[in-house]
Amino acid sequence: MNNSTLTHGIDIAQLGRGEATLCLDDEHLCIVVKNLNLYYGDKQALKDVNMGIPSRRVTAYIGPSGCGKSTLLRCFNRMNDLTDDVHIDGEILLDGNDIHRPSVNVADLRRRVGMVFQKPNPFPKSVYENVAYGLRLQGINSRRVLDEVVEKSLKGAALWDEVKDRLYDNALGLSGGQQQRLVIARAIAIEPEVLLLDEPASALDPISTLKIEELINELKTEYTIVIVTHNMQQAARVSDYTAFMYLGELIEFGDTSSLFTNPAKKQTEDYITGRYG
Amino acid sequence: MKHWWNSGEPWIWLTAASVTVSILAVVSLLLLIIWQGLGHFWPASVMEAEYQDHDGKITVLGEVRGEEVVPASRLQEMGIVVKGDLVTRYLLKTGNREILGMDFRWVLAENLQQQRYPKEVIVIERREWGNFYGYLQAVKEEGKVVSEGPEAWVELQTRLDRTLTLYEEIRNISKYDIGKVNHGLEQLRLVQRRLELNNDTDPAKQQQLADERVVLQARFEELNQQLANLYQAVNRDSFSAKVMDGRVVDISLANVVKVYRPNSLSGPEKLGFYVMKFWEFVSDEPREANTEGGIFPAIFGTVIMVLIMSVMVTPFGVIAAVYLHEYAKQNFLTRTIRVAVNNLAGIPSIVYGVFGLGFFVYFIGAKIDLWFFPEALPAPTFGTPGLLWASITLALLTLPVVIVSTEEGLARIPKSIREGSLALGATKAETLWRTVIPMASPAIMTGLILAIARAAGEVAPLMLVGVVKLAPALAIDNNTPFLHLDRKFMHLGFHIYDVGFQSPNVEAGRPLVYATAFLLVTVIVVLNLAAIWIRNQLREKYKALETA
Repeated sequence: MNNSTLTHGIDIAQLGRGEATLCLDDEHLCIVVKNLNLYYGDKQALKDVNMGIPSRRVTAYIGPSGCGKSTLLRCFNRMNDLTDDVHIDGEILLDGNDIHRPSVNVADLRRRVGMVFQKPNPFPKSVYENVAYGLRLQGINSRRVLDEVVEKSLKGAALWDEVKDRLYDNALGLSGGQQQRLVIARAIAIEPEVLLLDEPASALDPISTLKIEELINELKTEYTIVIVTHNMQQAARVSDYTAFMYLGELIEFGDTSSLFTNPAKKQTEDYITGRYG
Repeated sequence: MKHWWNSGEPWIWLTAASVTVSILAVVSLLLLIIWQGLGHFWPASVMEAEYQDHDGKITVLGEVRGEEVVPASRLQEMGIVVKGDLVTRYLLKTGNREILGMDFRWVLAENLQQQRYPKEVIVIERREWGNFYGYLQAVKEEGKVVSEGPEAWVELQTRLDRTLTLYEEIRNISKYDIGKVNHGLEQLRLVQRRLELNNDTDPAKQQQLADERVVLQARFEELNQQLANLYQAVNRDSFSAKVMDGRVVDISLANVVKVYRPNSLSGPEKLGFYVMKFWEFVSDEPREANTEGGIFPAIFGTVIMVLIMSVMVTPFGVIAAVYLHEYAKQNFLTRTIRVAVNNLAGIPSIVYGVFGLGFFVYFIGAKIDLWFFPEALPAPTFGTPGLLWASITLALLTLPVVIVSTEEGLARIPKSIREGSLALGATKAETLWRTVIPMASPAIMTGLILAIARAAGEVAPLMLVGVVKLAPALAIDNNTPFLHLDRKFMHLGFHIYDVGFQSPNVEAGRPLVYATAFLLVTVIVVLNLAAIWIRNQLREKYKALETA
């Protein structure tokens, strides 16, 4: 089953290594990764990764610790630029444009590709100011606009009902799960195209985790979501596509149900059946 | 025993003991300063006694200001015949310097007889010649007696009130009104000089200057006339009083600051007097080579210097720390710079003073004068020690403290917060200004607190770059530009040194040394408490660090 469909002139089959499970023929690709290698100093952390991330779908990365899934995620908004000694070659195309071109403004890129981190990291400001932060950066200070966006974003992050009476309290007074949803609200307030979630529920209790997962389901109608998770059940529950990574390599990538029920590679099967990782 | 040793208990005792010793040292220091300094303002009773001096019997009148036990041999060396091995002697403040030649004398306790505390003894604080002790005889107007005997005391007080009001008027006129006229005349002179330097001979401008000068001169004459009238009025009244050796002297009321009868004051009255004296000490200007009056200019100078220093050192130190920690590559050079900054804190402060004098005052100050105030030359404006240079020198001195604590504060901001901001499309600078530096502000305040504590207590460098024994005017007044950074100023630390070591009147100065030290400590504590309060507010606001 070699679905050799060209999207943006890219051979998808080639990207997915031509495995039987890959079936992206109907999808519009938002991010395309081509021959990506990443080195921390001398150590290679990503090895020749090729893949496409479909628009308005949830794509999950699974794999054991240190396999490079977070590193790959941080490539999409060039967060790795902040780390010293990182060297990248290969291409990452966002809507067909390489994000590493010198003409790309990193701040603009990050506005288009939002990110939520493993631990909730609200700023020590009020709930309102946390959500308004990205807008104020863009010079939007009109009270009316901010009020509207804050409400919309908090509703979008399913947090509005819980915090509407304490918008001006310090965000650090919220619970961990609320903080994480606040951080998501903060990210979607600037209306990015892609939302990167780096183990967003790993520091949360089961109920908060459930809320985050429901939220992801709602958000995927508007955003392209890429999620890194340790938790395979979570990947299975929330994602449309799943990629399995191991030791810096993309082993297998395909739609979630086939990958979990009928993995093509032995390594994938070993991992999802719990033989290692 | 071995078991006890190994249990770690001795260690606990050792640590507790060292804390105890530290606390005791601080508490006893404070107690000494408070006791010695604040006792000075209490209206002590005035003792009269017959005293057997080596050349006859005299009457002495004064306050007992000290007591000590000395070996008789020491006195014998001085030619004083005494019995026994140890002798008690009192330090008696007899005042009346212009009559007796000295304010204080030591008297031997055993030679004092018939000690008594007469109720009608008056003590007069004077503008010149220190305190007066004696008995009121008569109050005079224009040299003619108007009141005598017991009523004289009441009459004296009503007339003193009038004189003090007049005196206050004189002070206001000569200090503020005439000061303003003089300031205006000086400005006119400078304007004219500037015109000359620019070869501007526009007659219209010259005419305008001349007109303004005429107005000011007229005002000056008018004020001088007022002053002359006031002086005549203020010198109208006088009184005569008998001193301890029986002589009767006349004293003009214009010379009197305060008059009281300590031996007839009740307890609450003494307390009221004490509070008033203390307030005078805090709020008044010094008199008589700093041995009398208050120290307000010194408090003011200390505070304003510390404030200006803070305003300068904080932004400078913070920006330097931000560059070192956030932008500079961490390599051998930055490590060297960091070590150098830390070592700057260890340089003796007098070296900063020398640097401030040589670089700021003589180089930069002279250049500023040359470029901006050429009309005032050869009189220097900024090319002489002054408030600005003292503040900058101290800012330099405290810069390392601010840099080090700011860097520590920046290092404590979690990476996740920075990433959170960057991920929202903030640039590094935006992240710094909107999030990182506000979160580091408690650490910055800690640095500032340390800087204030160090700067407010510093004396040595200030003697070179702007502090004087007696400043003619405060750095802030009602003449433009209101804050005069070029002026010299007084400082509590230097005041202590001056009163303690440079004063002609050692015995009068000693309690003031303690009282001034107490106020210096108070000022530093207040400044620090203010900064700590601000820091705690900031901490409360940015208490993020442990959750994020």
